[in-house]
Amino acid sequence: MTSHGVKFMDYHMATSVADALDTLLSKGCNAKIIAGGTDILLDLQSGRKQADALVDISRIEELKRIVLEGDELVIGGAVTHDEIVRSELVKKYAPALAQGCVTVGSLQIRNVATLAGNVINAQPAADGAVALSVYEPRFIIKTPSKTREDDLPTMYTGFGKSGLDCSQEILTEIRIPVQKENQYSAFSRVELRKALALPMLNCAVLCQVNRRSFEWIRISMAPVGVGPVRAAAAEAWLKGKSIDDANIQKGADLALQDANPRSNVLRGSAKYRKDVLPVLVSDCIHKALEAGGL
Amino acid sequence: MGEQYVLKVNGKEYALRTGGGQMLADVLRDELHLIGTKKGCCQGECGACTVILDGKAVNSCMIPVAKAVGADILTIEGLQTEDGLHPLQKAFIEEGAVQCGFCTPGMIMSAKALLDEEANPTSAQIQEALSGNICRCTGYVKIEKAVQKASEELRKEG
Repeated sequence: MTSHGVKFMDYHMATSVADALDTLLSKGCNAKIIAGGTDILLDLQSGRKQADALVDISRIEELKRIVLEGDELVIGGAVTHDEIVRSELVKKYAPALAQGCVTVGSLQIRNVATLAGNVINAQPAADGAVALSVYEPRFIIKTPSKTREDDLPTMYTGFGKSGLDCSQEILTEIRIPVQKENQYSAFSRVELRKALALPMLNCAVLCQVNRRSFEWIRISMAPVGVGPVRAAAAEAWLKGKSIDDANIQKGADLALQDANPRSNVLRGSAKYRKDVLPVLVSDCIHKALEAGGL
Repeated sequence: MGEQYVLKVNGKEYALRTGGGQMLADVLRDELHLIGTKKGCCQGECGACTVILDGKAVNSCMIPVAKAVGADILTIEGLQTEDGLHPLQKAFIEEGAVQCGFCTPGMIMSAKALLDEEANPTSAQIQEALSGNICRCTGYVKIEKAVQKASEELRKEG
């Protein structure tokens, strides 16, 4: 078996965001941003995507930050999944994110692949993105002429379609409101094996608790639609409810109202996924509460 | 026509002229004739091509060569010294952790990356570190035992 070897015009290691954007513009051809490359290289090899040149942002220092700024955790656009998994700041202020990122691919993949790329690749059940979604992050996106902010739903315009155009734009920061006291989160997944396996289902939860009741809860689930899908009916029903097994199960059952899974030969039929989803959501809620000692 | 690259592999520098789209696995094998690194899936899903790049285990089939410029690359060929085989290589042989041998270089490099960071790994840590390397033959038990044995040996050597 031979590697296809991607035939692009050239490969530029950018030294700064400005350099990367200038290079994208100046190439005069179909140039795209690459960070870890573990998704885009496969797409280029298979012909699903095309590029004549790649602009590599993986060594840009300003994109490698994981810092606390006020009450936001800032993760740079070139931070890898492994860096997120190891970060004490992430483990403290967005623990579900660390739990999601550690399930991506394999260690070899996590050592180069980025959380930003995980979102931009726009696969419905991207583990990093699903875990991220319950924190309702802001995405800071730069073009040569301006900087804009997007929310997570805007980053998904269709199945596998990103709201970011990586031939013109760079996701420079993901800004995550930090998890506060009395807030608890978790990420859970059903899979065929523990590594090198896409999820059959995944789920993330962030809740705020007050005197053994849910003040509010956010539940994200996938792959049950375009991108991470919020279980809106479940969230609305659980708001204000006391924390007990019956309420959690009833809420988890309601997740089905917002879920529309497809059948996949390897990763589960739609029926299987519908049968398992309430169990996964319930498990994830319990996992979040246990993290808080509840 | 390609571009000029300098790669640092196993402590030596190599000047190459190659296309920017060449993957590191192909450069190691075809340009540098370091064929210890194997190509299994060419999609980053089997780990046979694992090398260590700046201390991190990576799938060399998914690393464009330009990304590897300026980095320290360690392949299976870089483990043996004048004194002989690396304890990992010896342990894999002695413990029967090699059958067809195709996954072995990648397995050993993942194990090396682990032991460089954690000198006394638990069973769970070994399994986690090697979970990106697939073996068709051995059932993994002897591989884990070999890594454990090598870690003991390395700790004795200090």
